[in-house]
Amino acid sequence: MLKRRIIPCLDIKEGRTVKGVNFKNLRDAGDPVELAKLYVKQGADELVFLDITATIENRKALAGLVERIAGEINIPFTVGGGIESVNDVSALLKAGADKVTINSSAVRKPELISEIASQFGSQCIVVAIDTKLINDEWMVVVNGGRTPTTLYAVSWALNVEDLGAGEILLTSMNNDGTKSGFSIDITGEVSRSVNIPVIASGGAGLMKHFSEVFFNTGCSAALAASIFHFREIDIRDLKRYLLNENISVRC
Amino acid sequence: MIAILKYNAGNITSVKNALNRLGFASIITDDPDELGSADKVIIPGVGEASSAMKYLRERGLDNTILALTQPVLGICLGLQLMCRYSEEGDTKCLGIFETDVRLFPPVDKIPHMGWNNFLTLKGDLLKGVSLEDDVYYVHSYYSEICQSTTATCDYILPFCAALETKNFYAVQFHPEKSAGIGEKILQNFLNL
Repeated sequence: MLKRRIIPCLDIKEGRTVKGVNFKNLRDAGDPVELAKLYVKQGADELVFLDITATIENRKALAGLVERIAGEINIPFTVGGGIESVNDVSALLKAGADKVTINSSAVRKPELISEIASQFGSQCIVVAIDTKLINDEWMVVVNGGRTPTTLYAVSWALNVEDLGAGEILLTSMNNDGTKSGFSIDITGEVSRSVNIPVIASGGAGLMKHFSEVFFNTGCSAALAASIFHFREIDIRDLKRYLLNENISVRC
Repeated sequence: MIAILKYNAGNITSVKNALNRLGFASIITDDPDELGSADKVIIPGVGEASSAMKYLRERGLDNTILALTQPVLGICLGLQLMCRYSEEGDTKCLGIFETDVRLFPPVDKIPHMGWNNFLTLKGDLLKGVSLEDDVYYVHSYYSEICQSTTATCDYILPFCAALETKNFYAVQFHPEKSAGIGEKILQNFLNL
């Protein structure tokens, strides 16, 4: 049976792991490679690395970090942050990333999704969608949640699937950093609408939040950051808990 | 020396990295002499079948692969290219395994992405692996079960997780990304 995946996300700023609340008040959470190795040991199923301050100058440094990660990590990992072109993707894949994730640039240039999919395959392109409840509608927001758009989350998800995305990383900005649980309604709606895997993100605080999102939505994976970085939840304990709840996970 | 076939497919470096972690030197090459004289050959792969086959044919690498006599391991797309035919791009493949490659019917999420265990299991390559062990898959096409099938996996339907015939071995999952169990399988191949 295909297992539900647990994915720690490492936000990277100038080579260090950081974590904030609603993308603000960043705290240092350590060396990304060391943290990644710890998560692999604990049984993480995949890893996501997001360079949250990606600039052109940082790009070479990011490729260097990806090379270090690829040398040491024996599970799949995704890299994102500031990807604007097929060339950016090519450099990260060459450095050893298994997948890349794009967010704001996909909204600005939807054709980038198809370009990446046709050149490297759908399996390596994860489209990240940040969504926020605005006037009772789940809308797509960009630039780390600061800029609203006129796109509805569900229709944008269907659109990115058509364009060739292999997976969707869906973050509820209302829930992110709050530790009050994942957003069940939008995660369920997006997951039921598309036929590609959806990763739920934003709001994990307790182990029961993971079983809730797996029970009540068709999501394939759940992603979290601070609860793992600050050792509030050990992935091994989380997986034992989920097994007891009859959710199929890799142990 | 282990040779990793250089062609227009992704994730070639991850195979090299995995071999490094196991302490094995490898070269990434499309030179027929280097491939022919290597102790083992690995055909990695994430990519699209028709463009991959076209690339191999244009360089005569299809015949090079068929002539190899040392242990050869195909991974993911590598496995699919070793079958007779793939629905992906309506592609005639190498025909090492007497089976065809089809697109999963759209009754569940595609690609089949993530960790899955085995339905059945035998053969030297998967020695020491148990049915409950999970390995990492990412694919939208699968190969149909045939005489050469040594392991199966269930997603939407039962399909080939691994195949063996003569000196040719293939796995649909990614051992280079399957944590400790993947390393064990790669080590089994390297010990052949």
